[in-house]
Amino acid sequence: MSLFAVDPLLSGGIGLAVVLIVLLKVVVTFALLLVAVMLMIWFERKLHADMSNRIGPNRAGPFGILQTLADGIKFFFKEDLLPDRADRKVFILAPFLSMVPAFLTFSVIPIGGVFTDEKQGAVKLFGHHTWLQLADPPIGVLLVLACSSIAVYGVMLAGWSSGSKYPLLGSVRASAQMVSYEAALGLSVVTVVLLAGSLSTHDIVMSQAGDGFGGIIPRWNLIVTGLVPFVIFVIAGTAELNRPPFDLVEAEQELVGGFHTEYSSIRFALFYLAEFMNTVTMSAIIVTLFLGGPAGPTFFGPDWIWGPVWFLAKLVIFLFMFIWFRATLPRFRYDQLMDLGWKAMIPLALGWLLLLATINVARDEDWNMSLVVAAGFAVIVAAYGLLTAAIRTAQRRRDDAEGVSA
Amino acid sequence: MGYLEGFGITFRKMFKGTRSGRTVTVPYVKDAGPKREKPVRLHGRHVLNRYEDGMEKCIGCELCAGVCPARCIYVRGADNPADDPVSPGERYGFVYEINYLRCIHCDLCVEACPTEAITESKLFEFSFTNRQDAIYTKAELVVGDDGLPQRLPWEDWSDLEKVAGDSSAWVRATAPSGAAAYEGVVAWSGELGFGVKAPELGQTAPEPEPEPEPIDEHDEPHDDEHAGGHH
Repeated sequence: MSLFAVDPLLSGGIGLAVVLIVLLKVVVTFALLLVAVMLMIWFERKLHADMSNRIGPNRAGPFGILQTLADGIKFFFKEDLLPDRADRKVFILAPFLSMVPAFLTFSVIPIGGVFTDEKQGAVKLFGHHTWLQLADPPIGVLLVLACSSIAVYGVMLAGWSSGSKYPLLGSVRASAQMVSYEAALGLSVVTVVLLAGSLSTHDIVMSQAGDGFGGIIPRWNLIVTGLVPFVIFVIAGTAELNRPPFDLVEAEQELVGGFHTEYSSIRFALFYLAEFMNTVTMSAIIVTLFLGGPAGPTFFGPDWIWGPVWFLAKLVIFLFMFIWFRATLPRFRYDQLMDLGWKAMIPLALGWLLLLATINVARDEDWNMSLVVAAGFAVIVAAYGLLTAAIRTAQRRRDDAEGVSA
Repeated sequence: MGYLEGFGITFRKMFKGTRSGRTVTVPYVKDAGPKREKPVRLHGRHVLNRYEDGMEKCIGCELCAGVCPARCIYVRGADNPADDPVSPGERYGFVYEINYLRCIHCDLCVEACPTEAITESKLFEFSFTNRQDAIYTKAELVVGDDGLPQRLPWEDWSDLEKVAGDSSAWVRATAPSGAAAYEGVVAWSGELGFGVKAPELGQTAPEPEPEPEPIDEHDEPHDDEHAGGHH
């Protein structure tokens, strides 16, 4: 595994065929994402209906599968309202700030490939060896984080530019929530980067390939990083997506529609699209970072077929999980949200990162492993005690101060 | 178990064959044959009734407009022309408009009406495609010469024969002020096409089903079984 592995398609000369293959990949990625979003919206509505003893969409197409299409067409023909008090330019810009990053993020996801030692994830496409991945920048994971940060601006500016109070409240919540959970999200990604030794998504998948422990348990980061970063990533990812139980941004009982209250027509549809696209993308990122991406056993036929199949299968599991969360969990209160983010997730993610880093160094330097692990856990327990004491002291002081002033 | 128990519940609901997964939503009737029988107290689109001789019942008193909580009714009364009176009284409803984008079908107008001029039919499947169609004028609301409501192009009256006579039956169930003591007493005049509609019984709340009692030696007779309104 080299640090600067590049797509074999681009390592030779760049001819017409190469350009066409890249274009094909762009189109396929774009179409795949749009179709996935369309099906995801239907899947969510249908499954959520099932989980609450309802029927769900059943008018358009078999099992209502074309409902999203019908909604999309309807959105196009709806009246496009621009509020008088809105900041027009920002108001128009905001939906695109939400949607474009959602598209961009998916471009670094490897959706297939044969990750063996000799093939290095390449498959043969029209006589050229290439990766089943639109782009593989050496900073792939950073791109993902950057895009999710830009998406915050979409939500924040939408609420701010609407010139109305509920969207403003929604956007204030959005910026606070997404900024605080991004820290935990980033810290759990760092553990993966630490183990893979690279920021490129292709290298991360490559590092999880191969036979695992005992030939049965795969070497996925889910297990290698010890489950905690995975759990943190899933929770922080849900918060980052503004999906229930973290959907305070658009809490319809309190804020009408949250940041998109004033949006209508196709502008609203763009937010809606971006929201579900982000859900699909986030699931894809989880699969890539923690579940070995397209890795899985091959059975019959050409071996490159099984990559996308396994990738989609894992993707659906996480899509199901997000819907299951929504159907089950009630919304967090705002202080609970902040407590969970700052007092539980970030310290835990940070502690686990330091532990993994120590173990990594210990392995390189041939230290006594059991001693290092024991010391690490002792430090974690001590830190946990200190943190709880600090939180409790702060709470007591705040209570005292309130008592004096009241 | 705490949190995890909730996940179990939602998961079990997915399996439709099971008791837990029973779907409670009723599918829209268009998928399932003929239209379902409508509830007695269903509030649908209004009609303006006429007397048996063809005169309009509305006297333009504007009580319906006054009581309307949604402010969706607009009425203007005018003096009846002496040579060609529209209603038997002194005045008649000159303009009568209901805006169905505002109407909440609370039936307060029906209760307020002193002459039973306005009642509600059982029609609820009327979806218009522009705001102008949403405002029903007097010409659209008043019943035709056969006493039946007018069938506008966007209204689904496919079960008209079945529900034609059922305009606001619950108001007709009792006489003045809805007092249960007047149950079954006719207190209104005949209508075009229907004459005097039979009053509906059952305004008084039916007795709850007696619980099956454990077999007892003193088997007392149940007097309350006949107190309900259904005969």
